[in-house]
Formats: sequence, C-alpha cells, structure tokens
Amino acid sequence: MSAWERFLDTFFNWAVITEYLPALGQGVLVTCQLAVAVVLTGLALGLGMALLRAYRFWAVNFVIVIFVDILRALPPLVLILILYFGLPNIGVTFSGFTVVWLVLSLVLAAFAEEIYWAGVLSVDQGQWLAARSTGLGFGQALIFVVLPQAMRMTIPPITNRTIAITKYTAIGMVVGVGEVLGQATTAQSFSGNASPLMAGALIYVALFLPLVVLSRWIEKRFAWRRA
Amino acid sequence: MAEESILSIEKLRLSYGELEVLKGVDFDLAKSELAFLIGPSGSGKSSLLRCCNRLEEPSAGRVIVDGEEVTAPGVNLNQLRRRIGMVFQSFNLYPHLTALGNVTLALRKVLKKSRVEADDIACSVLERVGLKDKAGSYPNALSGGQQQRVAIARALALEPAIMLFDEPTSALDPELVNDVLAVMRELRETGMTMLVVSHEMGFARSAADRVAFMEDGVIVEQGSAEQIFGDPNCDRTRAFVRQIAH
Ligand SMILES: Nc1ncnc2c1ncn2[C@@H]1O[C@H](COP(=O)(O)OP(=O)(O)OP(=O)(O)O)[C@@H](O)[C@H]1O
Ligand SMILES: [Mg+2]
Repeated sequence: MSAWERFLDTFFNWAVITEYLPALGQGVLVTCQLAVAVVLTGLALGLGMALLRAYRFWAVNFVIVIFVDILRALPPLVLILILYFGLPNIGVTFSGFTVVWLVLSLVLAAFAEEIYWAGVLSVDQGQWLAARSTGLGFGQALIFVVLPQAMRMTIPPITNRTIAITKYTAIGMVVGVGEVLGQATTAQSFSGNASPLMAGALIYVALFLPLVVLSRWIEKRFAWRRA
Repeated sequence: MAEESILSIEKLRLSYGELEVLKGVDFDLAKSELAFLIGPSGSGKSSLLRCCNRLEEPSAGRVIVDGEEVTAPGVNLNQLRRRIGMVFQSFNLYPHLTALGNVTLALRKVLKKSRVEADDIACSVLERVGLKDKAGSYPNALSGGQQQRVAIARALALEPAIMLFDEPTSALDPELVNDVLAVMRELRETGMTMLVVSHEMGFARSAADRVAFMEDGVIVEQGSAEQIFGDPNCDRTRAFVRQIAH
C-alpha cells in the first residue's frame, strides 16, 4: 500500500463512511436540535436580563452582573462536567443533552445580555427624552423606542456570538450526547478508522459555512446602512 | 390675572448634584402667548424647559400647566406630559419608524387610539406641517427641516396645551430654517401657546409677544422684543443681545 493509498484509506474510506452515515445523520439532527434550543433560550434569557437591567434596581443588577461575569469567565466545559458528573452525587441527574443545552444557553445568555445592554446604553439620550415627553412610560419607551434601535445595532455581534456558541455544541461529545462529533468519534473507535471524523468535519463545514457567510453578509449590510 | 394662564412657573430650583442651575425662576405664560427665552450657553434654558414636563426633577418650586400642577406628588405624569409638546434641537425622531410611525406611536400607546384613528390624525397633522407626502419616509431620508417638522407634528398630534421648543432651528442649514419657522408661525396664528428657546431674532421680532433673558439660572429681565433687543434695562442683557446680533 502506497503512502497515498494509506492516506485515502485512513481519512476517506468510503466503505466506512457509508456504514456510519445513518449514525452521522442522526448526529446532524441532534446538533441542530441542540443548536436551535440553545440559541432560542440563550437569546431570550440574555434579552430578558438586559431589559431587567434597564430598570436599574440595585440588587437585581448586582446579581445580573455577577452571573454574567462568572459565565463569561468560566470555560463552558468546566460547568458541563460539574453538572453532569457532580449533580448525580446529590441525587439530581440530567441527560447530557440537557446539561449541554443548559450550560451553553446560560453562556450565550451572559454574552447576549452584555451585548444587548451595551446596545441599550448606546441609544441616544434624546430618544428617551422624546419618547417620555410624549407621555410614553419608561417601559413603553424602552420597548417601542430604545430596544428596536438597540437590537438593530447589535445584530452583527449577536450573530457572531450565536454562531460561535452553536459550534460549541460539539462539546456534547464528552458527556455522551449523540451529536455529530459524538457519533463520529464513536464510529471512529468502532472502525479504527479516521474517516468518520473527516465526514464529521465536512458536515460541520456544510452546516456552519452558510451561517458564517450569512454573518459576513449581515455585517456588510449593516455597515452600509449606517454610512 | 386677566388672561388665562397656561404655564406658571414659581420659584423653580434645579440642581445637578452640587451644581445649582436654576436658582428660583418665576415665569408666566398666558393662553396663545408666544414667549422667547434667550440667554448664554449654560444659563439653564434647556433645563428650565425640561422641568416644565418634569423630564428633570426640580428640587423646589412649582410648575402648573393648564391648571394642573406638574410638580405635585403622585400626579399622572404621562397623561400630563402629552399635553406639553416638546421639540428638540436635534429632532430626536425615532429612526426605526416612518414619519407616520413617529407621529402615531404616542397616539396609540398613550392615548390608546386604534391604528386607523391614529393614522388619520397623523396624516392630518403631517399635512398641517406640509409633509403629507412624506408619511412613509424614514427619518434618514428626510432633510433636517423636514425632520424637525415631523417632530413638531409628533408633538402636535397629542393636542398639547403648550409647545416648548428648545433651539428648534439651530441644527438646521440656513436655507431650511424658514420652513420650520413658517410652521411655528402658523401655530401661533392658530392660537397655540409657545415657549421658544432660540436666538432667531428676526422671528422673535415679528412673532414673539415677549422675550425673556436668562442668565446663570435666573430670568434677569423680560419685555417686548423691541425693548429687549433695542433698549434693554440691564447691562448684561445689552451685552448678550449685542453678541448674538454679531
Ligand atoms: N444632565 C446634566 N447633568 C449635569 N449637569 C448638567 C446636565 N444638563 C445640563 N447640565 C449643566 O447645567 C447647566 C445648564 O445647562 P442647560 O443645558 O440648561 O443650559 P442652556 O442654557 O440650555 O445652554 P445651551 O445654550 O448651551 O443649550 C450647564 O452648566 C450644564 O453643564
Ligand atoms: Mg440648551
């Protein structure tokens, strides 16, 4: 076997790939479910915290800031391992899927909260004055005047952060979630061949390249709008 | 008092932290009166206007608008504020809403009008400021003068008892100033009560019933435009007027 053949056999063994293709397909489904669940929960929670913070209740803001800073400082993997391997010791057991969903959602929420909050702060003070002068209450001014502008301004950073966190779903592998990487590593150990990992890599590219292109487009579009 | 008073400011004080910027202001405005407020930068003109609808919280004194005390504790501020139209130097239109959307927002959310009703009112007010055909335009597609007229329409739609203008033309290119002044003149002719912070002396001479000069947190002197611009009693007023007339 020549070196070239050995290379092809190791990384692009078609027989191995087709054998594990159904499992990889299953992995795609799980990755997508996990990603969608994380994005929806994380963004909603982040937005909710940013709105709450706008009311400037001292104690509430203190808690939010602490929560956000800790989650931004900790590597997600640490939290995932603590929840997955630690909680059963006190009688609480979550599935790997639930743990990854929970942790990644909280991390995304922390980053999203900071981004949305910065957006709210960057809206011109005159917008508040104008809204309040027409009789809108604080909440109404926030929801109908300030928030739409903040959301618009923060679309590029939110998109980037969201894509980054969905890629992180691959971390589910370490707690036995059957997403793409999980399926690929299982297949790799059963077959003793790296081809399923290569297939997994190609699947990730196919899943995420469109999102990356989309984010590039969004960034351009919003830069152009602002000019 | 013979005439009905729409705005009455009594011994009004305002501090930002340690800095006292209004040091006991007394001022009255009768129905349909147009008063100009002039004074050097930092004298407290904007602060005074913002106290009239309590966008700033005065530390002492009273403000009464159309018979209701704005400064009373527990007053329904949002319902009162919509009776006090405010126009800003930098327009402050909502950039994510069309001209129509800018005008209808408070109609719908504060006055709880239906969309159809709000659109109707907004269209007629936009027509009044000469911008009916711009109802669907976003602010960034409008000139400064047009934006300011939309801002006036936004306040007018709520049927205010008084309109407060904070340097409504000073952010505008000279050729756009007259469009805005024309709208203000029309308002005056229809009997709107107005308090205008502005250094448009020509407009003041032709339209203002009264000019008040403010300095260092107090109203130093007031009188007719003729008198304040031509023959003020106070030296500080004279110096300031000479300065703004270049
Ligand atoms: N939000 C604020 N916080 C602290 N100080 C303020 C604030 N707004 C205004 N000031 C100060 O209060 C004083 C009066 O300001 P104000 O804006 O009322 O003056 P003005 O007469 O409108 O001036 P201009 O002609 O420049 O608009 C100034 O010294 C200003 O620096
Ligand atoms: Mg000012």
